[in-house]
Amino acid sequence: MSTVELISPLTDAERNEIEAEVAHLPDRESAAIDALMIVQKHRGWISDESLRAIAKFLDMSAATLDGIATFYNLIHRQPVGRNVVMVCDSVSCYVMGADSFAQKLQDHLGIKFGETTRDDCFTLLPIVCLGACDRAPTMLINEDLFGPVTEDELTEIFSRYS
Amino acid sequence: MSLQDTKPLIGRVQEVGGLVTLSDYEAGGGYTAAQKGLKQMTPSEIIDLVREANLRGRGGAGFPTGVKWGFAKGEPQTPGYKYLVCNGDEMEPGTFKDRYLIEFNPHSLIEGMILGAYAIGAEKAYVFLRGEYHEPNRQLARAIAEAREKNYLGRSIFGSDFNLDLRIHLSGGRYICGEETALLNALEGKRGQPRYKPPFPPASGAWGRPTIVNNVETLCNVPAIIQNGAQWYQDLGLTEDAGTKIYGISGRVNKPGLWELPMGTPIRELVDDHAGGMRDGYKLRGILPGGASTDYLVEEHFDLPMDYKTIQDAGSRMGTGTMILMDDSICPVDMARNLQHFFAQESCGFCTPCREGLPWVEELLADIENGNGKDGDLELLDQNALYIGAPGNTFCLHATGAIEPLQSALKYFRDDFEHHIKHKSCPYRKS
Repeated sequence: MSTVELISPLTDAERNEIEAEVAHLPDRESAAIDALMIVQKHRGWISDESLRAIAKFLDMSAATLDGIATFYNLIHRQPVGRNVVMVCDSVSCYVMGADSFAQKLQDHLGIKFGETTRDDCFTLLPIVCLGACDRAPTMLINEDLFGPVTEDELTEIFSRYS
Repeated sequence: MSLQDTKPLIGRVQEVGGLVTLSDYEAGGGYTAAQKGLKQMTPSEIIDLVREANLRGRGGAGFPTGVKWGFAKGEPQTPGYKYLVCNGDEMEPGTFKDRYLIEFNPHSLIEGMILGAYAIGAEKAYVFLRGEYHEPNRQLARAIAEAREKNYLGRSIFGSDFNLDLRIHLSGGRYICGEETALLNALEGKRGQPRYKPPFPPASGAWGRPTIVNNVETLCNVPAIIQNGAQWYQDLGLTEDAGTKIYGISGRVNKPGLWELPMGTPIRELVDDHAGGMRDGYKLRGILPGGASTDYLVEEHFDLPMDYKTIQDAGSRMGTGTMILMDDSICPVDMARNLQHFFAQESCGFCTPCREGLPWVEELLADIENGNGKDGDLELLDQNALYIGAPGNTFCLHATGAIEPLQSALKYFRDDFEHHIKHKSCPYRKS
């Protein structure tokens, strides 16, 4: 069976948001990254079916769009949990003990980087410098920045997310 | 005298004690520079003034802003033909100044962009913003909406015939997008790979049109220059480089943070006075003066003033001016491994020396750190540094930047590398 035609149609809200970006760009393809981010905001990640729907909507090939989607680390081509935890592993946080902090975080959540908790609550990912180096070590949960974070605060911080 | 006389970038933030709202900004004289520029000055006069003030790019390269603008000046052929793009893709590890400016003083960036766009003849401008910068994104989006409401943006600004449409492009990630031609590809919705140069962006940039790309801090300097003149701006600096600089320090100091200070403030003053000195029990060994992609400075350099020329003469670069401090508890080999892990991961993968060379370097460093180093490994690293780092072997300067901290670590901390190989272990590991 061919799966090439499998498409998960865009919702009206998604189409409207993408069209608003297209409106101020020279061509539809230029909205590719915006469109991926918009659909990801609604669906959590970009499945093959979503990817094909966006490509069709922007009049571009799914292969080209996948090349773009896989280039950018903030676009998820695999399912993620309800909350995405990103932990800085760059040099300022490294100097302030990011390696041991990252280990404690993995132990706390019971998963390794790149994995999602069994209840789908958290996905843990490494991230480059979050631009809050005076607050190292830092992490980002969805849109919330934390730093400096200590091991003792983890239980309380994670309890805010469900 | 107001704080803004000596701190044009964040003096107002300190005066109001946080976010500078539109009314705070206007009460401090905000948008009068844009009005003056658009109503009383020609685009060429603005470019000349910025050149005369000797404003240099604050994103890392230090290119004179007025000269760059001059490459793209002239009347727009059609409305919206040229582009001004603000590089707000602050991803240089250790750098956190542009976040602060956008989050706390967003209108100063907008005003700088109005003046820059008018100077080069662009009627469309973008802020290319890091995807992880959620709060700066919210503040900037709100400020842009407020500016539109007041007709600081939009059509016939201040009753002139100048129009400007300003939008935010939120990035999908990747360090390489801070490289200006990669940034332009990303802005166009493509993979963020650097372009071959020439043509340079002022000739052919976004969507093939003349485009000027400026850093956030650079643009934030412009309103005060227009308001107070070139001489005032030059006099702010302590050395031959003009203006103020937002310096930052991260690492084991008592008070890590950011400070707007005269250009040319000495390193030791930054560390001891502003950052409160090293924490008890830690000694400063090395500094990456301007982010991860700059060469280490060591003890013999700590009395130098932080300006473009001095730091370059010392064998490094001022880069972003936000320094990362390495104390004596940090293993230089493992820190080099951390840095090369970043650069290897963030290579866009287009050029072979960068794509293949950087992971190999990272692997060699990991081997040495883990006690598996061999005789000849350091010579191999030296060779790689030479071939990977040489400009011209790759499209962009990603690999060159990657090699800067490595080559200087090999130079200044060679004893540490040799010790690891000889004793097959890392002396910094506690267990």
